[in-house]
Amino acid sequence: MDATREELLISVLADKLAYDRHVAVGAASPIPGAAALLAKAEKQDAGGRMQVTIIHSRRHNPFTDGSRELFDCAARGLIDSFFLGGVQIDGRANINLVGVGDYPDLKKRFPGSFGSALMYYVVPKVILFREEHSPRTLVEKVDFISAPGASPPNVHRPGGPQHLVTNRCVMDFDNERARFELRSCHPGETVDTIREATGFHFDVGVDVEETPLPSAERLTRIREHIAPQILTFYPEFASRIWGLAA
Amino acid sequence: MSQVDHMSVEDIADAVPDGALLGVPADYSGVPMAVTRALVARGAKDLRLYCLPLTTMQGDMLIGAGCVADIEAAAVTMGEYGLAPCFSRAFQGGTISMQDSTCPALHAQLQAVEKGVPFIPLRGLIGSDIDHHRPDWRKIQNPYDDQEDPIVVLPARPLDITVFHAPKADRNGNVFIGRQRELATLTHASKEVYVTVEEVVDTDFFATEATAAGALPAFYISGIARAEKGAWPLGLTDQYDPDGPAIREYVAAAKTEAGFSEYLAAQGIVARPAA
Repeated sequence: MDATREELLISVLADKLAYDRHVAVGAASPIPGAAALLAKAEKQDAGGRMQVTIIHSRRHNPFTDGSRELFDCAARGLIDSFFLGGVQIDGRANINLVGVGDYPDLKKRFPGSFGSALMYYVVPKVILFREEHSPRTLVEKVDFISAPGASPPNVHRPGGPQHLVTNRCVMDFDNERARFELRSCHPGETVDTIREATGFHFDVGVDVEETPLPSAERLTRIREHIAPQILTFYPEFASRIWGLAA
Repeated sequence: MSQVDHMSVEDIADAVPDGALLGVPADYSGVPMAVTRALVARGAKDLRLYCLPLTTMQGDMLIGAGCVADIEAAAVTMGEYGLAPCFSRAFQGGTISMQDSTCPALHAQLQAVEKGVPFIPLRGLIGSDIDHHRPDWRKIQNPYDDQEDPIVVLPARPLDITVFHAPKADRNGNVFIGRQRELATLTHASKEVYVTVEEVVDTDFFATEATAAGALPAFYISGIARAEKGAWPLGLTDQYDPDGPAIREYVAAAKTEAGFSEYLAAQGIVARPAA
């Protein structure tokens, strides 16, 4: 069995969540959603527990006090991991979900910052996930800071970015230096191809590996156990990747 | 005897005055699309939308029809159907102003209204360009900490009117919202609240805790109108799913101004004289 790029990403993200107690997934995030459900299934196999909260799913959304409950939980430190993306992400992990150009005179307007201007500060492990890895998305400096990657020491900030996962590689973020370090390249990529595709400067780890492919067992679980669950709340994605129909 | 006025969808559109600060629910919680079409038909002007915390087709259609002067939201998007076409055009063309916000701030500013307090603090925000463009938000020192601890405080934002759609009202005018509690927040923070419902049922939601826990009491509600499929083409929890093909048709048509006008005409949304 050959893993698709999407299945590779699901597997990579699931590894980052293995020890979490509560993982939350925001809007329009089928790959993070699948990764969280995979991590939960594997943790349960090992006798552990995990709460996976997927805002766009009815079954996986446990909140009864409105969507503000997600932010209240996060602000109290009750959510371990969350995913954020961006129209642009820069080398200091600043994220821009608002648009391209000189705000408010934007050349191209995107939806908006959603909950990032709180979640990025208070969730201990924010995983930046952006499939498109190009100089257009990974830029030297974002045009608008929806939320900053790092804050001065006097600002209350128990959380922040820890990883950046794209369709080319995995990077870790060093909060003190406010700088990314390349950790692994997906199959077919090298340090040089990543450099060429990245608009910001980053460090290269001493032991950069090839991103591991999902094991056959994990791939079977993704296709047989996770995909049918994803179908119930991301039908278009499940149909495109696994050919499933509601 | 019902505690609230029963009215028509058009009556509700007439009750929303031009220039009102209007509470707008998120796509997952009771979007009043029937009233939205009636607002377009009425030719509503200069509405200021306060989205809790985002809007999809409701905001986009009101913007496309020229009903909106200003919008405050964490996002305007058609979600999995793509960018919001009329919003993008209006924002890039400078025909509407927007106060970019973030979901928890939009919740918090209404929670301040609920409590009757002038402002509310929120973590995060410091160093975000959202905050830099919000002169109405202030940064203060946490008065309970001897160490330096800056925190942003947000003013209460009382809403003029909220309109939403819900599955049902009971014979006393209580409205069932289930766990869509954003609708309660909007209701508590609004001077006037109008609701459309799929049906009015001859029961009392406060007779048992199971229904009382998901109900809004009639004393908050100014008026109720029956509107079958009142959230269409968006969905309503437990009642019907979003109508994907109909939403796609809107997004495709609204990509141009001419296409948007044709869409309105094809939907039978035509200007009517003011009541």
